Amino acid sequence: MSEMVNVYLMGKQYQVPSDLTIMKAMEYAGYQLVRGCGCRNGFCGACATIYRIKGQQQLNACLACQTKVENDMYVATLPFFPLVKQVYDINKVSPTQQIMMQLYPEIYSCIGCNACTKSCTQGLNVMQYIAYAQRGDFEKCAEESFDCVMCGVCSARCPAGISHPQVALLARRINGKYLAPKSQHLADRVQEIRNGDFKELIEGLMNKPLDEIKELYNTREIEQ
Amino acid sequence: MYTEEMLASMKKVEAARERNTDLEPRRMTAEEKETLLATYHPDYKQGEFAVLQVGPNKGEKVPTELAALLQGKSRVADLTVDLTHPAYDVDVLVIGGGGAGASAAIEAHNAGANVMVVTKLRMGDANTMMAEGGIQAADKPNDSPAQHFLDAYGGGHFAAKKELLYKLVTEAPEAILWLNELGVEFDKAPDGTMITTHGGGTSRKRMHAAKDYSGAEIMRTLRDEVLNLQIPVVDFTAAIELVLDDKGHAAGAVLQNMETGEILVAKAKTVIIATGGAGRLHYQGFPTSNHYGATADGLVLGYRAGAKLLYADTLQYHPTGAAYPQQIFGALVTEKVRSLGAKLINAEGEAFMHPLETRDVSAASIIRECGDRGKGVKTPEGVGVWLDTPMIERKNGAGTIEKRIPAMLRMFGKYGIDIRKEPILVYPTLHYQNGGLDIDTDGQSGVENLFVAGEAVGGIHDRNRLMGNSLLDIIVFGRNAGQHAAAKAKQVTVGRLSLDHVQAFAAACRQAGIESDVVSPKLLPNYARKAR
Ligand SMILES: Cc1cc2nc3c(=O)[nH]c(=O)nc-3n(C[C@H](O)[C@H](O)[C@H](O)COP(=O)(O)OP(=O)(O)OC[C@H]3O[C@@H](n4cnc5c(N)ncnc54)[C@H](O)[C@@H]3O)c2cc1C
Ligand code: FES
Repeated sequence: MSEMVNVYLMGKQYQVPSDLTIMKAMEYAGYQLVRGCGCRNGFCGACATIYRIKGQQQLNACLACQTKVENDMYVATLPFFPLVKQVYDINKVSPTQQIMMQLYPEIYSCIGCNACTKSCTQGLNVMQYIAYAQRGDFEKCAEESFDCVMCGVCSARCPAGISHPQVALLARRINGKYLAPKSQHLADRVQEIRNGDFKELIEGLMNKPLDEIKELYNTREIEQ
Repeated sequence: MYTEEMLASMKKVEAARERNTDLEPRRMTAEEKETLLATYHPDYKQGEFAVLQVGPNKGEKVPTELAALLQGKSRVADLTVDLTHPAYDVDVLVIGGGGAGASAAIEAHNAGANVMVVTKLRMGDANTMMAEGGIQAADKPNDSPAQHFLDAYGGGHFAAKKELLYKLVTEAPEAILWLNELGVEFDKAPDGTMITTHGGGTSRKRMHAAKDYSGAEIMRTLRDEVLNLQIPVVDFTAAIELVLDDKGHAAGAVLQNMETGEILVAKAKTVIIATGGAGRLHYQGFPTSNHYGATADGLVLGYRAGAKLLYADTLQYHPTGAAYPQQIFGALVTEKVRSLGAKLINAEGEAFMHPLETRDVSAASIIRECGDRGKGVKTPEGVGVWLDTPMIERKNGAGTIEKRIPAMLRMFGKYGIDIRKEPILVYPTLHYQNGGLDIDTDGQSGVENLFVAGEAVGGIHDRNRLMGNSLLDIIVFGRNAGQHAAAKAKQVTVGRLSLDHVQAFAAACRQAGIESDVVSPKLLPNYARKAR
């Protein structure tokens, strides 16, 4: 058994093994989690958590499933944060700066404090991607924000009340739909299938005796 | 970070690295594979399966843990549920807020139905969110749906339901286009050509990806669309039993608030089960790569209502789950690590197999190495073999790891392991539920008005799914179920609501001598250490 450390879960003290994640430490302490636990592996953002080490000034944010406990850690989970999500029709938005002004005008009230970037659990440059969004540079905003898990910590720290993850999601959808180059081969293939071009080929294959299909499978040519 | 014992073994791995990097381990013959699987693959372990005594698959075997739940005690057994005043009354009820559920909800809405989604955790807390690798579709000039069919049919051992597979491969390009039109960002070359790669068992490069966040990118976009369409999503609410009407047709579900325990009834003209997989049942004690809510609930609900299961005895154990450190025990180490050149090495420094055998064969081979051959490395949670990641840069040059598998570098880096310099320990992890509820091409199960989509379905992938065909199936069959459930709802008049089937099932269990106190569906695993 590894050494034990002191942690304060929602302010209450527990002794837990030092090699546990915060999430597993809560379970070790006896919590049966319902909120604040989704993928358990850093993808879903359900487990946003704020902590402070006793005696230190700094307030830290992390994902509970991705972070080890430390001695004298004060932990508060943030299983829900009221992000503002505006409703829009993706088929009707125009891929210009206008749409941001219309849906998320508060991004123009950013005071440049950088608290969002400092608190990002994924280590993203949040303030920078908001700056790209302000300018209507959706491609850059999409790229810079791509690893966002929408945990909401940035928003919780923002004095201007910006819902950064939602702004970034809008930028990525606009980029994916309107700005990134179209895939001609994909559109062509969809049309070919609609025309029934492959019907005979594939039905011919399906209706072959099993031995023949096996033979075809075992001797199929593999692209290098 | 590594223990003394691990470091001693690692010395041997390092000493043999140069030789092992150049070595091309022999591939197993078909016969060797068969014996290996039969002896070591978890699916073949006799003692781990139970024969069902009751229900549509009576006489067939399923994993012991699943049998206990299927024939367990209903959560409504001791309740009086008032079915006469449903809290919700909709056309289409979607159970499960993953990729399949979201696709179904969007299409049902677009077809004019009044839809609602209930989900156990938050929308998107789901296996879909975690997929890294990618999604298959035959959209390149050198490829065709027929070629895709051949790969999937062969990879699954030639027993998939052909008509389902036909649908999967012919509607794949359309699915990618649909996602792209919704704003999903796929990796593309500057001229718009999709960047596609191989996956295990593909004969053409048809794996589309969004960096190594493919599932997350798809899931967050679909969720956003569901919200834009203002489809009601009731989260932290589990379906705990289906409701049928007096004709025996699906007509809604009993719901339970996960936090307050409140019981509510949803009435619907058609119901779609999209509850995903079963990793958190930890079959045979395996760790899992799955999300917190993967407990096979949909199989339990459907089975009690009379829907048949198909291939429920086959699971996919991904050969390389993290075996150490314990913080990430069971988490997925993507197949890409091996395709980039890392080999599997035992405690003695020997490259004991070809790294790119199929998933089932690789998993069995690792289990043999650690078991009967006794050449595994002990870990606090069990045992593992080395995956020699430093080989990647020996072979492909410095910088390869950071560029191609950054998520892996980050995942181990957090615990002080630099995978560029040190190998990692792996062991098979429970990854995917190959089998599930049986459906027809409309997505309907054996129970009238009950549709199923996603990982909860059985029969599309046969007994072994290829990487990239699951994200595909949740889109193709999710949309399909949504469309058909909406169309069907237009013709349905719901009769008197009833839970008689639950009582009848319980009576049949009693008659078969099963008096279980295992409450099901399970909803969540119990990881709390202290007895409550
Ligand atoms: C780590 C990982 C990596 C993967 N990588 C790939 C890949 O690269 N390519 C690929 O094709 N596939 C991959 N897969 C497989 C694929 O992601 C899943 O099979 C697929 O996304 C399942 O989608 P689904 O919608 O059926 O289920 P899920 O996405 O799991 O959604 C099911 C939803 O239903 C909810 N639910 C469950 N029970 C209830 C209940 N009783 N009441 C209400 N709601 C309930 C769950 O909480 C969840 O939200 C991967 C899987 C994992 C775990
Ligand atoms: S539980 Fe999903 S990110 Fe931690």
